[in-house]
Amino acid sequence: MSALRPSPEMRRVLLVWLVLSVIATPLVVILLGPQLPPGAASDAAHGQQQDNTVMTAIVTPIIILLIVYFAYVLSAFKHRAEGEPEDGPPMRGDVSVMALWIGVTLTIVIFLAAWGAYELFPGETGAGGGQGPTPLAIATPADASTALPVQVIGQQWAWTFRYPTYGGVETTELVLPVNRQIRFTVTSIDVIHSFWALKLGVKADAVPNTSNVAFAKPVKLEASTVRCAELCGLWHGHMYAPLYVVTPARFLAWMAEQRSRWSPATRYLPPYATKYAPEPTYRAE
Amino acid sequence: MSFRRAGAIFSVTLVVCAGVLLGLYVTRFLEAAPPTVNAAAAGLRQSSLTLQTVAQVGHGETRDWVSYYARDPSGKWVHSTILRVPAHSLVHVTVYQYDTATGLRNPLWGQPRGIVGGVMYVNGKPLRVLNPELASHTFAIPDLGVSVPLEGVAEEAPNQCENAPCGLDKAHNTITFTFNSGAPGKYRWQCFVPCAAGFILGFGGPMQTIGYMDGTLEVV
Amino acid sequence: MNAIAADIRPARRPWWGQLGPFNMFTGILLGIGGYFLGALVIGATLSKGINSQIATDQNDMEFVLGILFGVAGFLIGMGFLNYPLARLRGAEPSLREKEEHGIWRYFTLCTDHKVVGIQYLWGVLFFFLVAGINAMLIRTELLYPTEHFWSADRYISLVGLHGTMMMMMTSSMILGPFGNYFVPIMIGSRRMAFPRLEALSFWLLPAAEVVLLASVGAQGFPSGWTGYADLSVQAKLGMDCYLISFALIGMSMALVGFNMLATVYTMRAPGMTWGRLPIFVWAVLATAILQLLAAPLLIAAMALVLMDRIVGTTFFMPFSGGSPYLYENLFWFFGHPEVYILALPGFGVVLELISVFARKPIWGYKLSVAGLMGVSLLSFFVWQHHLFVSGINADLRPFYMLTTELISIPTAFVFLNAMGTLWKGKITYTVPMLFALALFFNFFIGGASGIFNSDVPSDVTTHGSFFVMAHFHYTIMGGLVFAFFGGLFYWFPKMFGVRLNEKLGKLQFWLFFIFFNSTFFPLFAVGMLGQPRRVSAYDPSLQTLNDWVTASAYMIGVSFVVFVVNVIYSCFFERKPALGNPWRSRSIEWQLPTPVPVNNFERVPVITATPYEYGVRDAPAVANMNPTHEQVVAAGG
Repeated sequence: MSALRPSPEMRRVLLVWLVLSVIATPLVVILLGPQLPPGAASDAAHGQQQDNTVMTAIVTPIIILLIVYFAYVLSAFKHRAEGEPEDGPPMRGDVSVMALWIGVTLTIVIFLAAWGAYELFPGETGAGGGQGPTPLAIATPADASTALPVQVIGQQWAWTFRYPTYGGVETTELVLPVNRQIRFTVTSIDVIHSFWALKLGVKADAVPNTSNVAFAKPVKLEASTVRCAELCGLWHGHMYAPLYVVTPARFLAWMAEQRSRWSPATRYLPPYATKYAPEPTYRAE
Repeated sequence: MSFRRAGAIFSVTLVVCAGVLLGLYVTRFLEAAPPTVNAAAAGLRQSSLTLQTVAQVGHGETRDWVSYYARDPSGKWVHSTILRVPAHSLVHVTVYQYDTATGLRNPLWGQPRGIVGGVMYVNGKPLRVLNPELASHTFAIPDLGVSVPLEGVAEEAPNQCENAPCGLDKAHNTITFTFNSGAPGKYRWQCFVPCAAGFILGFGGPMQTIGYMDGTLEVV
Repeated sequence: MNAIAADIRPARRPWWGQLGPFNMFTGILLGIGGYFLGALVIGATLSKGINSQIATDQNDMEFVLGILFGVAGFLIGMGFLNYPLARLRGAEPSLREKEEHGIWRYFTLCTDHKVVGIQYLWGVLFFFLVAGINAMLIRTELLYPTEHFWSADRYISLVGLHGTMMMMMTSSMILGPFGNYFVPIMIGSRRMAFPRLEALSFWLLPAAEVVLLASVGAQGFPSGWTGYADLSVQAKLGMDCYLISFALIGMSMALVGFNMLATVYTMRAPGMTWGRLPIFVWAVLATAILQLLAAPLLIAAMALVLMDRIVGTTFFMPFSGGSPYLYENLFWFFGHPEVYILALPGFGVVLELISVFARKPIWGYKLSVAGLMGVSLLSFFVWQHHLFVSGINADLRPFYMLTTELISIPTAFVFLNAMGTLWKGKITYTVPMLFALALFFNFFIGGASGIFNSDVPSDVTTHGSFFVMAHFHYTIMGGLVFAFFGGLFYWFPKMFGVRLNEKLGKLQFWLFFIFFNSTFFPLFAVGMLGQPRRVSAYDPSLQTLNDWVTASAYMIGVSFVVFVVNVIYSCFFERKPALGNPWRSRSIEWQLPTPVPVNNFERVPVITATPYEYGVRDAPAVANMNPTHEQVVAAGG
């Protein structure tokens, strides 16, 4: 058997595979694609959804190849006669087949890696993932300078959110205006947590004494929850906070109400900083 | 001994040992929990919870651990943090606070949240926000939006309690507030002050243990 | 041992005479004694006056010293110090322990690699079943979206126990039983290079398990199997059990790796060129390199956390000069090679099985070796993919994305080998063959989901969610555990002289395969829909999926009950003899009698062919078992 002149048996298998792939892949892209998480409620999430669609589309023909090949081989070459089987033909390998296989897998892998890296560019999707304290210029969205800064503080075992451009008020709900770029600065004041806003396509680890920056621009009015995705102790599974994406007018009204209601506490808060080192820093007294 | 005999003995021993060990594991480790304490009735759609926070349990294997205690309707103090209140009712909470202040990690929790009127009463006087450095513990039910800081006893106060449950003759602050219990469900509650003395970040030991500084509120 | 000496049997001694002065029971006794010495005498003295130990009612110093002295006592009681002390006093080198007979040698330090293999087998099976029961208990809790059966802290400990026990056990699941039993035989050697180290690497396993299970009495541990600082520094007493037991397993892994490398490199029989090495031995080699190089980092990470907890260092404490990132990197630099330690031996086993049961040589033998070694090498360059969203320098992300995706290429070689070996084969669907084929199905799904995880934008959703959990269960459980059962059914006749019942085996296989997929496939969706890992409370909309998964998981448990019934039935009741070569394999271990003699070969054989000469007319046997002196010299011996 040579890669470029397959036997008639092999040709039939490949034909079946080709037909099924040509049918299945567009179906997957058209029908399954829009249902894929994380949905399209923010630009970051939408880009990630497209990314998932591309990968599913690439994986589909590979799955079909393996299923068709194994289904054929496991039925066609099953030993059916009575008694113990004789040996099969001593096929050791075929360099052209191996070369073709390596070439194809290498191409797919390099394409996927390049595609994934491309998706990290501005205006695309990777911005939803935490990039550390100094995000790359190349992976920062174009409207980052007018982004609304929101600090996410993880603590055992609750999320709180601080809005530095609104007097540094700290809240227990995450409310965001729609159609505005948000710059999340995620930090923790004790152990490692992970800020996961599924619908926004944002996940950034909250590491103490570090700030982790992520970007997202919500584009749909939304009510969902924000969860913790890194085991942080006893109530890790209960560490959720409500997330509301509302109209800008509603957001301003909410913000005014929060500032007036919680102004006594705001007076005691430390000045806004990207990271905090509250006592006790090692053992409690 | 024949193989069949050996096999029978082995199988029976295996099943019995596995059953016993599994039973012990489930009952003594997995299901071990403090007893549930019911809130006392206090009128139509109202109930009252009485709790105390102590600086040290004073006896047993965890004598140096801070802890909550709860009073059951008969008036006895129970070492538990599993509380049960009726649904859709006003819950009047009284906390006798016997511990000294540690200070809040996040000063946000210095202002009470989720309680009726937004004001808590410390020793009878209304308080809108507590200086975070004076907080000794908090009583917080994050899923219901409730969070109340509990003021600490002065360091040099005389007659401090060393052995729980503490009586009213020892130095303490009394904090009262009311919250709405809402729909039935099981909600967790915890303390947000890093009050576990000697532990790393103040959050080890009792702060991670149900029955001490963490618990559940069953709304039925 | 020559043929004449083998006829002289020692007189039958009573069973306690067979045990010898140093055995498992003296080990346990000295272990308990060591614990009391370490904790109550040394630990209590050292920690007197140290407030952080005494005033917190959590005396880590005492506890850790107790455990360490307990483990040391156990090993001394097993007799591991005897030989070094004897040699220091001038005794001659010897392998005396090997000449014991009887069933009780399985409870002692035995230097026969076959005995160690069987000890590993039962040890691994026992801990697999204990960890599996933990998994059933985890799934029981997940029937409801809030805590229903066990409270949150018990649940977190349960998750940690299951994960840690499984990771500890699977790291020697194939290398331990089958590597130790068959690698020396497959290379034509009569023993491992370092038999006592081999015995030590086994006995560290029960020690580690007991220490880990002791955490149940010490309030459990909240960090899961990854033990992230600074949660692990903050945790209660049970954390010390995890740290020490995992470090012991690291030592065991490093020793096994070292031993395998030394054995295969130096003790191959004449004629065993690298080109004739069975693919299983190549897989063991690839794994051994990883174990030797990666396991020490685990020991270092565990030791540093212990020091942070007890001594007051701040390696990982963020506000005192340390950083939790240091732990993450140290752990995952070990952690990623670790998962290939788990996957590679499985590949080796199934390639052997497919060759035997399709009755064809391995298609692309050299390619498969390149694949195994390629995976081994590349696995050191990918670990940052566990840290994509943790705030690492974003410049690194495309590089690690590339390396992680590249590692799928050598893995795909193994698939090509299987596909080529099956083409035009004469396939019989015995139980080992079914398990081997299932590995390819499962590992493909696991690998494809790995593609999603390796892509940074997609990882933003999948990291830390049930998607990742489904991914690694498909690759490790669907890969390694299936390969383990395939290898077990295949090699059982050689190891024990009886065949496992075929009908019960097929029942177990189909139950396991169907319900394994039914359990873990929905978990991809559960993760993508927003359920994080290690939680006992989840969004109520996911309850139906979780309940389906739990019901399927119970059925997996049923399949393992079928397996246990099969083992007991086949060993004690049915006892269908299977001497000789029931699978008609050309591999060298099947040319030996059952039971395999103590020294494996009467004379060191000369290897004359690969074990894959199926279909070759007039192919030589794999080895010449009675070579003349001239033949040995001609082969280079």
